[in-house]
Amino acid sequence: MITTTDLTKVYRSRGREVVALDGVSIHVRPGEVYGVIGRSGAGKSTLIRCLNLLERPTSGTVTVDGLDLTALAGRGNRAGRPLRRARGGIGMIFQHFNLLSSRTVRGNVELPLEILGLGRRERARKALDLLDLVGLADKARAYPAQLSGGQKQRVGIARALAGDPKVLLSDEATSALDPETTRSVLGLLRDLNRDLGLTVLLITHEMDVVKAVCDSAALMEHGRVIESGAVSDLLATPGSRLARELFPLGGGSENDGPTTVADITFHGDSAARPVISRLARTHGIDISILGAAMDTVGGRQVGRMRVELPGGPDQTAAALAFLREQGLTVEIPDPGTLTERLTGEGAR
Amino acid sequence: MTWSEMRPLLEQGTIDTLYMVAWSTVYAVLGGLPIGVLLVLTDRGGPLGNVIANKLLGVVVNIGRSLPFIILMVALIPFTRYVVGTAVGPTAAVVPLAIGAIPFFARLVETAVREVDRGLVEAVQAMGGGTWTVVLKVLLPQALPSLVAGLTTTVIALIGYSAMAGAVGGGGLGTLALTYGYQRFEDGFMLVTVVVLIVIVTAVQLLGDGVVRLLHRRERA
Ligand SMILES: Nc1ncnc2c1ncn2[C@@H]1O[C@H](COP(=O)(O)OP(=O)(O)O)[C@@H](O)[C@H]1O
Ligand SMILES: [Mg+2]
Repeated sequence: MITTTDLTKVYRSRGREVVALDGVSIHVRPGEVYGVIGRSGAGKSTLIRCLNLLERPTSGTVTVDGLDLTALAGRGNRAGRPLRRARGGIGMIFQHFNLLSSRTVRGNVELPLEILGLGRRERARKALDLLDLVGLADKARAYPAQLSGGQKQRVGIARALAGDPKVLLSDEATSALDPETTRSVLGLLRDLNRDLGLTVLLITHEMDVVKAVCDSAALMEHGRVIESGAVSDLLATPGSRLARELFPLGGGSENDGPTTVADITFHGDSAARPVISRLARTHGIDISILGAAMDTVGGRQVGRMRVELPGGPDQTAAALAFLREQGLTVEIPDPGTLTERLTGEGAR
Repeated sequence: MTWSEMRPLLEQGTIDTLYMVAWSTVYAVLGGLPIGVLLVLTDRGGPLGNVIANKLLGVVVNIGRSLPFIILMVALIPFTRYVVGTAVGPTAAVVPLAIGAIPFFARLVETAVREVDRGLVEAVQAMGGGTWTVVLKVLLPQALPSLVAGLTTTVIALIGYSAMAGAVGGGGLGTLALTYGYQRFEDGFMLVTVVVLIVIVTAVQLLGDGVVRLLHRRERA
């Protein structure tokens, strides 16, 4: 639904060059929720703004719903009619909502309909339908200043849906919201994705957002995508940075003597089976659990656990093989990566 | 001078002043609004980003802003005569008043429009809105309270300038104050003229402030 090939964006200001995007190729399938995650300054906003050509890429192409948008863009800052029409089919929501304070809630939702040239009656009807969809039918006459953050973002979502888009772009749409409101807004996005078949590309610096709603994800660093794919596949990929970020596991061993630390990822039905106790029984070993995290990702139970087994690599090989036979992903963490963290910084 | 002698003079003077101010305000808006908006649109990174046009427009506005009004008025006499047919009287005074007020108001418009959150412009562009949509549905409505405040300032400045226009035979309260108060030593009459001017200025300011407050109320809620 969205494909970028080798997208590059270089900002030039007073002789200084900033490479904000450095050869980004992503592929978002129709009907999925795709998360782009990374630290601030990684180039996430630049990427999403290139997708609807709010930002002109320096090189590379952007295709949305089969349409090459980079080919539609004219010269200079001005967007020609074909590009403007294509943008009408791509909804966008923002961290700071970007609602017009001079218009009522209904007026804000009607704005894109005015651009599309709908008549007064039809605009009013459609705007009220959309507000109903996001649960704000009773706020139609209110001004944005009278709403809470979560309500404002719901208005933003209603407005983004006005042009019946197939694609919704979201730049840190929940970063200004508290955790509970974040959950409810993400729930709404999930529902819209399921009920309307809406393809969602969302940008976030919060791993919890990826866990809650994303089917696929890409990790960005210094303008590059360093990992991408279906979240469930990434979780099963040994050495995946994203898997480690999604389920950060606590520290290392404090025992003396030879031990082996292993990170185990449970997914699918293996998550429900009592694998660890069976391992202890069949191999007659004591297992210490150093850290564990369980969660639901894309509606499936997934977890990671860091365990410590007595003995060096030779003695524990059989036990690890047993775990792999049970369908678990087992990796031996590199001591250097044990403390590395991505999240925990403020939103920009 | 008795009150019955002053009254008809004051009435005519007030009417002339209001006439000059009203018409020059109309032209100040017609000229200053688009210029102010263009100054923002053509700025680097703006929807019509064009550095050369922006600089050029800025220079023209600055020249207009920095000429003292009294000099502008005298320098424009040939032009005024060409446009109006005469360089004397309230209608003739509208020409330099308007030309002086256009760059003045344009800068105030620029400041007001520049304060509109760029995110709003981007949101509308993301919906497929073009430059006209950005101007008519975002920039002007969102800047409206500041635009009204700027208009108030402009009208008050024009009242002051229109009194100055009296010095070159513009008519209105300024002419009265000069011919009767200054040249004929009618201190009482001069005082009354000044009071009328103060009343007009105060009324304009109160009206403008009231409208701005009304416009702001919904946004703060
Ligand atoms: N308009 C701009 N001009 C110059 N540099 C920019 C501009 N926008 C973004 N950048 C730079 O590009 C890099 C990526 O920024 P951004 O895409 O906003 O990152 P993120 O959204 O991941 O925090 C940063 O180094 C930022 O300073
Ligand atoms: Mg950002």
